[in-house]
Amino acid sequence: MKELTIAATVENIETVTDFVNEQLEALDCPMKAQMQIDIAIDELFGNIAHYAYNPDVGDATVRVEVTEEPLAVVITFIDKGVPYDPLAKADPNITLSAEEREIGGLGIFMVKKTMDDITYEYKNGQNILKIKKNL
Amino acid sequence: MTIEKNLNGTELTVAIVGRLDTATAPDMEEVLKESFEGITKLILDFEGLEYLSSAGLRVILQAQKIMNKQGEMIIKNVNKTINEIFEVTGFVDILTIE
Repeated sequence: MKELTIAATVENIETVTDFVNEQLEALDCPMKAQMQIDIAIDELFGNIAHYAYNPDVGDATVRVEVTEEPLAVVITFIDKGVPYDPLAKADPNITLSAEEREIGGLGIFMVKKTMDDITYEYKNGQNILKIKKNL
Repeated sequence: MTIEKNLNGTELTVAIVGRLDTATAPDMEEVLKESFEGITKLILDFEGLEYLSSAGLRVILQAQKIMNKQGEMIIKNVNKTINEIFEVTGFVDILTIE
């Protein structure tokens, strides 16, 4: 298990992505899964950066764990910001025309579609969001 | 990310190289915003696009809405991974992908 605690800012998304990719490369993670995980990081860490401590800046912790049989990677995002459950949001209607389309909700929807499991809990003053991707 | 613009009459080609994500989408939004005037055809060239998150999708959707009013928008050189993102999000139905 490895973890990184870093200021939750948009600028740090790249640092977090590099940190996670390093672990993924050691696992010979397929390119497609890696890209889906990178997108999930952008969505989830980006959300924390934008909303958790707004207008202040606080820390977030990103933890990477590997499980075997089946081989999977579990990434946990932890912040101490305002309680926010991204899974509570209804999925966007993806069958509407461009004119009727709403801008919001697509990010978490993409994460739900591309990850094998996603859970949220609020515990001890922390938002704990966990994603799992089978490799 | 780098953005290359090529204007030919009222036809504008915008080529994106790199990642279109939370950090870079605002730059693309800015570039497009100052380019729409007088354009009847907008071509987004994604040959060099590595990946796309929802922040990028938002900018693409905005551009599509604007171009619906004043002409057309075409996306070309979409690779398999990017196309899967368009499929998962239903964007394949609202975009013109060549």
